[in-house]
Amino acid sequence: MQIAYRFLAGGLIVSLFSLLGDVLRPKGFAGLFGAAPSVALATLPLLILSDGRDGAAVEARSMVAGAFAFFLYALACTWVLSKKHWKVTPTALGMLSLWALCAFGGAAWLLRSP
Amino acid sequence: MAPAIAVRIHWNLAALRGIRPHEYLSRFALGGAVSALAGLATAHWGPVIGGLFLAFPAIFPAGATLLDKHERDKKRHAGLSGEIRGRLAAALDARGAAMGALALAAFACLIWKLLPRHAAALVLPGALALWLGLSILLWRLRKLIVHLVRAR
Repeated sequence: MQIAYRFLAGGLIVSLFSLLGDVLRPKGFAGLFGAAPSVALATLPLLILSDGRDGAAVEARSMVAGAFAFFLYALACTWVLSKKHWKVTPTALGMLSLWALCAFGGAAWLLRSP
Repeated sequence: MAPAIAVRIHWNLAALRGIRPHEYLSRFALGGAVSALAGLATAHWGPVIGGLFLAFPAIFPAGATLLDKHERDKKRHAGLSGEIRGRLAAALDARGAAMGALALAAFACLIWKLLPRHAAALVLPGALALWLGLSILLWRLRKLIVHLVRAR
């Protein structure tokens, strides 16, 4: 049941922020909404209900690492698309491996720290 | 304010006409799948790994792909390939997402630090306001820096 709720809420909030990105201009400004906290807003209320505020705060700490990984991912996409002339879809999908590498590296560091 | 940085932010609702129903559905499915995956990751590997997926790039890849396709379609109707324009539009979108991602880190930091001691009904809207405000500030700041560099 929780997974179904997460799916519905995540789908709705991601769609909403995507729509904002579609209609807002200039395009460079609309790009900000590509990194909107959509998954977090769909997930955190349920987490607070199930694990309490302390449990949700632990996930938010990891989210900081995920967000820095997202920053590096987006910078890499900007550079590759504007300088290396790669195709858009393979770049956006392929660079997700960079996000995973940086995010899991950050998580490994968090797991070792007190 | 200098004209180069006094860019007016506005809506273009006509842009919605170019989006097909299956494109809305694919975004909904992707967003839902990532949110569900975040829950499964927490259940299997704990909150440290699950939390990473709260900052997964769920919107950008589909958005950039659509942007590229729409820009190429526009140019194709004019008898041009549009590949370069599509790629540059996606690069611009990625640059915006990079600034949004920095603000996303601030969003997560605020929740991490304040949620254990304050009501969620205050912290979550406050974090969203911080994300929006900081995103806009970074975007404006970049415009200002580019303007000043070009003016030298």
